[in-house]
Amino acid sequence: MSAPLEELSTRSQQRHYGDRSLHLLSAAATALIVLMLAGILLDIACGGAGVVSWQFLSTYPRRGMTEGGILPAIFGTAALTLLMTVAAIPAGVATAVYLTEYASPRGAVARLVRVCIANLAGIPSIVFGLFGLGFFVTTLGGGIDRLAYEGKVTYGQPCLVWAALTLAMLTLPVVVVTTEDALRAVPRDLREASTALGATRLQTVLRVILPEARGGILTGGILAVSRGAGEVAPIMFTGVAYFARDLPTHLNDPFMSLGYHAYVLATQSPDVDRTKPLLYGTALVLLGVTFALNIVAIALRARSRRPSFGHT
Amino acid sequence: MAATSLTKIESRGTREEPTIAVSLRRRTRWSEAIAEGVIKATALVSILSVALIIAFITKEALPLLLSADVHREVTPLDLLVPRSSGGFVWQPVSAVPKYNVLPLFAGTLKVSFIALAVAIPLSVLAALYVSDFATRRLRETLKPIIELLAGVPSVVVGFFALVVLSTWVQRVFGTEHRLNAVVAGLGLSFAVCPIVFSISEDALRAVPASYRAAAQALGATRSQALLRVVIPAAMPGIAGAVVLGFGRAVGETMIVLLASGNAALLDVRWGHSTRTVTATIAQELGEVVTGGPHYRVLYALGALLFLATLVINILGEAVIQRMRGTVRATR
Repeated sequence: MSAPLEELSTRSQQRHYGDRSLHLLSAAATALIVLMLAGILLDIACGGAGVVSWQFLSTYPRRGMTEGGILPAIFGTAALTLLMTVAAIPAGVATAVYLTEYASPRGAVARLVRVCIANLAGIPSIVFGLFGLGFFVTTLGGGIDRLAYEGKVTYGQPCLVWAALTLAMLTLPVVVVTTEDALRAVPRDLREASTALGATRLQTVLRVILPEARGGILTGGILAVSRGAGEVAPIMFTGVAYFARDLPTHLNDPFMSLGYHAYVLATQSPDVDRTKPLLYGTALVLLGVTFALNIVAIALRARSRRPSFGHT
Repeated sequence: MAATSLTKIESRGTREEPTIAVSLRRRTRWSEAIAEGVIKATALVSILSVALIIAFITKEALPLLLSADVHREVTPLDLLVPRSSGGFVWQPVSAVPKYNVLPLFAGTLKVSFIALAVAIPLSVLAALYVSDFATRRLRETLKPIIELLAGVPSVVVGFFALVVLSTWVQRVFGTEHRLNAVVAGLGLSFAVCPIVFSISEDALRAVPASYRAAAQALGATRSQALLRVVIPAAMPGIAGAVVLGFGRAVGETMIVLLASGNAALLDVRWGHSTRTVTATIAQELGEVVTGGPHYRVLYALGALLFLATLVINILGEAVIQRMRGTVRATR
């Protein structure tokens, strides 16, 4: 009687070990991924904390970018992402409205739009850079110069507007997907109630559905800005400058950006040890901006999960 | 002036009421139609974008196949088969330019392989933890944290790899070059992990609870149920996650540009400096003559990259879609 009992208990112990080791192993893997994130954050924060000051944020680079601040890079990134949003959000929201409110779900056009959105999201960012140079800068910009400026190089060069439009194409899927989720979350009864009150489809979209989904649309915009602010490869050949003496004021000005500035400091500096603090400072500002935006987006999304009308 | 127009409106309002109602309705219909037209036209932007990207990358790359001018310096065959003197070398800026692309593709595969070798086990195990071991509350915290990793700009990850990971790798493995395929691969795994994690976690959570209950009712332990029932059931989704993670790795530019060392040699040794397709385009496009042979070759590399990621992504999506179908069917 004692032998089988013993055997049973060892077997149950073995079973216990199996469960426990898988539990521990998977927990360790999770911890490691969280540590990767924490590692980057801590390293950049510690390296950059001593550098980032009001002076660093508000002055120009000096002495071949081995001293001074990053004002033009901050301003350039802000101008770039603002212009990008102006293009990407209307296009993205209209696409999402088309997909949820106008298109028949199994229609050929809607399916093609979906395929193209998924495709856009998967294209490597450097390919967007190649495209932006070939299409926006050379073809479109060159064409504008021939037509309106008698061939004088005005828009046929890498500049702010082409970089912003290239980024807008890259971030379009982010806006579409987030907005579509938000529109689908608007309860059906609201649409029906609006129609029953005599509203047309357009009135329903403009006065009921879009206001109800504004949290989701905002989230999409924030995620797009966060993504766009961190991208370097697509703007490398379409507008960003190694150094620009003036802040960009026209659509055809070159500009500096935080990401590209960090890349330049990391690879093309004559004196790496002297630029390293500046590099950490730039990386910290960029990381801080994208991170803050991401966290706001997460918070917004969590809030918008709670239904505003008590529907479920 | 104002008074007259006011009376006009009033008189209209009283005498011609029916016509006004009709015209109003017609106007709303018009504006409705215009708005619908605008929305539909804007929705086509995505289709137009993809079409333009394909058209213009092809347009810039095509002379490599067709133009005799370009062929004087490089023919499409030169990309694959080494010229008599050169061997497998990518050296476009030299007295005799050499355009063999095999070192670049080898570099891309090498770096992606390291990234996946690190990211797959980590992310799939983490997905298993979050879907099956973590409490609901912990899951709600961990998921956004891991997905935040995807929000770190790749140039920042590249910088981190350049400064911190390279030192660690050299200390641990004693590599010959400070920047090499291992450093780039580790850096790249930071970008791949969040993708593989979130798709795998979705896949694991899509496996119905009844599978777990049935396995345990038959006497399986929790780990047996997970390893022999739940993971196999979620396998297509996990495979899709891996394929999409591979697509991300192949397309990533800034991390490998900063961390790989950028030596374009056909070299199988892990600890040696290497260069990928994306990094080559990023590094060289700024310095080439527009329309020259080198420019055409870089666009051709872009076209190949586009095609490769397209195929990889379609494959990944197809695998995931099939998984959704089978899980739903058995539910």
